[in-house]
Amino acid sequence: MYVAVKGGEKAIDAAHAWLAEERRGPEDVAELSVDQIKGQLKLAVNRVMAEGSLYDPDLAALAIKQARGDLIEAIFLIRAYRTTLPRFGGSEPVDTEAMACDRRVSATFKDAPGGQVLGPTFDYTHRLLDFKLAADGEVPSAPERAEAPETKPHIMSFLDREDLIQPEPEGAETPPDLTREPLELPAARPLRLQSLTRGDEGFILGMAYSTQRGYARNHAFVAELRIGACAVEMGIPELGFAIELGEVELTECETVNQFQGSKTEPPQFTRGYGLVFGMCERKAISMALVDRALRWKELGEDNVGAPAQDEEFVLYHADNIQATGFLEHIKLPHYVDFQSELELIRKLRREAMGQVRQEAAE
Amino acid sequence: MTDYNFAYLDEQTKRMIRRAILKGLAIPGYQVPFASREMPMPYGWGTGGVQVSAAVMTASDVFKVIDQGADDTTNAVSIRRFFERTAGVETTEATSDATVIQTRHRIPEEPLTDDQILVYQVPIPEPLRFLEPSEVETRKMHALEEYGLMHVKLYEDISAHGAIATAYAYPVEVEGRYVMDPSPIPKFDNPKLSMAAIQLFGAGREQRIYALPPYTRVVSLGFDDYPFEASKAEHACALCGATDSYLDELIVDDAGTRMFMCSDTDYCQSRRAAGHVGAQGTPFKEDAA
Repeated sequence: MYVAVKGGEKAIDAAHAWLAEERRGPEDVAELSVDQIKGQLKLAVNRVMAEGSLYDPDLAALAIKQARGDLIEAIFLIRAYRTTLPRFGGSEPVDTEAMACDRRVSATFKDAPGGQVLGPTFDYTHRLLDFKLAADGEVPSAPERAEAPETKPHIMSFLDREDLIQPEPEGAETPPDLTREPLELPAARPLRLQSLTRGDEGFILGMAYSTQRGYARNHAFVAELRIGACAVEMGIPELGFAIELGEVELTECETVNQFQGSKTEPPQFTRGYGLVFGMCERKAISMALVDRALRWKELGEDNVGAPAQDEEFVLYHADNIQATGFLEHIKLPHYVDFQSELELIRKLRREAMGQVRQEAAE
Repeated sequence: MTDYNFAYLDEQTKRMIRRAILKGLAIPGYQVPFASREMPMPYGWGTGGVQVSAAVMTASDVFKVIDQGADDTTNAVSIRRFFERTAGVETTEATSDATVIQTRHRIPEEPLTDDQILVYQVPIPEPLRFLEPSEVETRKMHALEEYGLMHVKLYEDISAHGAIATAYAYPVEVEGRYVMDPSPIPKFDNPKLSMAAIQLFGAGREQRIYALPPYTRVVSLGFDDYPFEASKAEHACALCGATDSYLDELIVDDAGTRMFMCSDTDYCQSRRAAGHVGAQGTPFKEDAA
């Protein structure tokens, strides 16, 4: 006698209760607070905000806590929350030139107005485990500079004055919104940039790296990388002027790429662009490289068939929430389709083996 | 749950989805792009179906969810609970009591009626995807009704294996125009695609909706000399004795002994309630499980 397997509901409830316990961890250790995550795991919070497409450090920190540190899961929580929010308007373009920079470096000029500012970077740390951190987190205070911040013009503007850099045409007044319209191809650059900035850091990094290794090679110089706070303003039609809504921290990367010229364009430098929420330097640089590779058509370059040049390939596969959902769905039941495959394989084998036996008999 | 709108989605989003559904019904088999939302469940887990169900659902609807034909598979449970929580609608396991049925991978055995809606969860809506990976290309192929590649694939199957080697998600032609993926249902279910109920297909991750109005002519692809053939395991259900239903195969002991039972749990249960007993079944008692 056989009793059919049931009990999906009970199993789900039990799994969720266990998950809650695991998230909390050993109870003799103090619970992690959202403020601790926000203050001490800031780069994780930044990544969740960038790929979640929602600038809210408190919610991002909460999502990280709820997701037990699984950042893609945290991004998913943020995306699912974000999609329920009404979109009540668009901001003015942020003025990144007026950014209050914590960091600003250029790899193309030794010095430029505004200077090089290293900021809080891992760059020249020796990657030696600091065992002192395991005991206590006391840090010596960092020295501060008293002088007023200088203005920091974009490095690219100096190349622009000489006409050495390809001019960027003014875009459409309101860029399309990837989260409100289905993605249709070919995608214009604003849409591509939107997709890249919320794309998976690992994927964008891999794509960018592939261009450096020769798949659509186009050597990029980091003309400028700047990180800091920018004001977000929104025009209010009833008032007739824009008001400041608040500040967001942004990472902006502009790369300058050599360009031999094509049938349509004279020899000049061209630009790759990356702009990401928070301090996400690796992502911003990667984004700029992939942006540049995707521009082959508008610059009249050859399509060498490299993955990073294929906008359909890049845009359809950059989103980690789509990717992880579809990838992980294969652990759901597939009894029915597998059953139909079983029957087909048995049938094909029966016929193939029958043929072999018949040939052997002859 | 007062923070969210009825059936989770806001009314603007529902309106956008309903427009896509209406367009899909007007052009049977055509894949309508729609601005799929991020749902609080993962892409690939029925987000397209959930959005379509949310857009067609009213407070008086009776909702049923099946996955692999069963109401109690974990993801079916999860989706049913989602709507219990966000829409407060009545739910059921009885096919005939439901007005909206969301399904993954099966069509119920019991024929549906013209006051029911069947909503499919679709992973890859494009029937040509595995022949041509580019969406730009496949949209062109549909526009030009250029389906030669699909016929060549079926022909190559026959020349290599002596049969069409597609067992599920078997492609169909809709009203003599669009080639359509019926979602990964077993080809056993294909003949049921011409039915009285409205059939809506939602692919969330791929941002596509398509539809079959009632009594649409749906033909499974084949050749005159190698026609389409629906198939199932050559057994009867061990619990209810049905010989006309699609069967799941179970491994019941360490020696690998197989047992077959209906994949449609409501169908099986109804038959047992009506007194049918299979070779390994017990006479039906309410809540025997």
